[in-house]
Amino acid sequence: MAMMTYLDAARAALAEEMRRDPTVWAVGEDLGRGGVFSQYRGLVEEFGPERISDAPISEAAILGAAVGAAMMGTRPVVEMRFSDFALCAVDELVNQAAKARYMFGGQTRVPLVVREPMGMWRSSAAQHSQSLEAWYAHIPGLVVVCPSTPADNKALLKAAIRSDDPVVYLEHKHLWPLEGEVPDGDHVLPFGQAAIVTPGSDLTIVSWSAQVHVCADAVATLARQGVKAELIDLRTLWPWDKETVLASAARTGRLLIVHEAVQAGGFGAEIAATAAEHITARIRRLGAPRAPIGYAPPLEDAVRVQAPAIVAAALGLVNGRQLG
Amino acid sequence: MAQPADTKKRGKARAPATKNAGLGGNQPGLTKDELLRGYRDMLLIRRFEEKAGQLYGMGLIGGFCHLYIGQEAVVVGMQMALGEGDQVITSYRDHGHMLATGMEARGVMAELTGRAGGYSHGKGGSMHMFSKEKNFFGGHGIVGAQVSLGTGLAFSNRYRGNDRVCVTYFGDGAANQGQVFESFNLASLMKLPCIYVIENNKYGMGTSVDRATASRDLSLNGAPWGMPGVQVDGMDVEAMHAAALAAVAHCRAGLGPYLLEVQTYRYRGHSMSDPGRYRSREEVQNMRSTRDCIEGARHKLESLGIEEAQFREIDDSVKRIVQDAADFAQTSPEPDVSELWTDILLEG
Repeated sequence: MAMMTYLDAARAALAEEMRRDPTVWAVGEDLGRGGVFSQYRGLVEEFGPERISDAPISEAAILGAAVGAAMMGTRPVVEMRFSDFALCAVDELVNQAAKARYMFGGQTRVPLVVREPMGMWRSSAAQHSQSLEAWYAHIPGLVVVCPSTPADNKALLKAAIRSDDPVVYLEHKHLWPLEGEVPDGDHVLPFGQAAIVTPGSDLTIVSWSAQVHVCADAVATLARQGVKAELIDLRTLWPWDKETVLASAARTGRLLIVHEAVQAGGFGAEIAATAAEHITARIRRLGAPRAPIGYAPPLEDAVRVQAPAIVAAALGLVNGRQLG
Repeated sequence: MAQPADTKKRGKARAPATKNAGLGGNQPGLTKDELLRGYRDMLLIRRFEEKAGQLYGMGLIGGFCHLYIGQEAVVVGMQMALGEGDQVITSYRDHGHMLATGMEARGVMAELTGRAGGYSHGKGGSMHMFSKEKNFFGGHGIVGAQVSLGTGLAFSNRYRGNDRVCVTYFGDGAANQGQVFESFNLASLMKLPCIYVIENNKYGMGTSVDRATASRDLSLNGAPWGMPGVQVDGMDVEAMHAAALAAVAHCRAGLGPYLLEVQTYRYRGHSMSDPGRYRSREEVQNMRSTRDCIEGARHKLESLGIEEAQFREIDDSVKRIVQDAADFAQTSPEPDVSELWTDILLEG
């Protein structure tokens, strides 16, 4: 075990994969100077500009070219800098990368990782703060990964690079400096395996990405009030670990899904609906209001799902109060 | 057809030769009074941006903050060639553009501090402001996105049958986005009154234009569609103004879009969080000491007989405006949380 930040864990994962497999390369804007968040720091020195490839600000061309390069058997890791900017290349991802394997009868694969730093981060305002994971989870052909810890960021990025299908890899900007223990060696996690962060028996809380940490605070508060919440970190949204979530919620009888993204049409709706179809449990979702993210701190805070709201929703489920 | 066969002329203050005579041609420099006004407007942007940098350092401004210091002559020279009702649209490096259009320093600074008195009531921040009154259409955070929007503003001018023009600013980095070239074709095809201004400040974030762009001459970027383009010295407000006049005349005459590749330079980082390790201190210092647009205008004004007292008067008035804006930006209240539910489609 080594202490490492979320950012450095991803950097280590990419470096290890590039050493292991010469077909792995990275492309994106500002990679040559280490990436806009320093998540590629030192890599151009080790691997050279052919493999850590700087690109002009041309998201559509970068992603489309990466799809072509992936069809030829290389493994591009595409850096989009902000998930908001990746929308400039949605056609290449959704219509091309996600469809090619199926549409061409399995004759080609697209082993591509698209890194999209996401989420609210120090007043970045409406066009640099979004959480769009549900969009990608909606698209057949895409794997969607939302790591919440340094260990997961390393193990899941390795899994994403080794995936023969396209992966939308959503790292949360707020988590870059988060430190945590990371297993030594070549530790790779399978997709679709949730983590039980805290076991509990009174209710099940499901979350992912940075929101897991807010939920952990809420779970600690609930514990002080005698409520034992089981916190599940989904880790990957597609595939998602239905078994773990449904088994837990069936056992506790109460399911609360919490995410930073807008609640309406969020991935929480998919989990809630799936649970409603398969088990008997009281279910509630918490997400952001359907409003663009404001710049001023009071407005940014107003769309955050904060620990007190999670605690209140959990107590509402546990106490069986009429839900608002 | 008025598409010039020769779509490109180099030169500092030289307007392009178009087939239609009298659309610009070589313009005289600014009069003394005009230059004095240009000097004052550039100084206001410089001092405003310096103050914004200070407030950012004090933690009063958050998020992303992209300063315009060094590039002031571009927007000031252009704005002096525009008339009532002409539109302006740009990217996230927008403070200078807004001040040049006559937007209030108070409202811009208060938006930077996220206060209710800001142009977007604290919702937008540094990158996202707008003024219907001044025909400033934002303030856009996605690189290159404003270029197709500006094309549409120009379309609207033609559709309404007015003679207004739209100035669409973007950077050398954005110049490589696909929709820029799509817009060039569309605007040329429809002969839209759009002046595309590439503010080539040499770096797209931390990547130099030489490393990001295969072309060495961005003024040729509209050439496949017959769009005239010129390179302009953006460190010289008079050169900028002369080129702007020619571009405006071309567009007003219904001859279609026009491209200016403006050679400029930003002294500060891409944003406040950029330490600028991709270029040398000497490079920046050399530009500041030999090419600065405000110093250049001042020397010219001195040679025209402007005296120290007049400069001091301008300095003082600019400082007062900026200080007033900074005071306002710190005393204006934060937006009420109810603001979350204003100007939105549907709540829930």
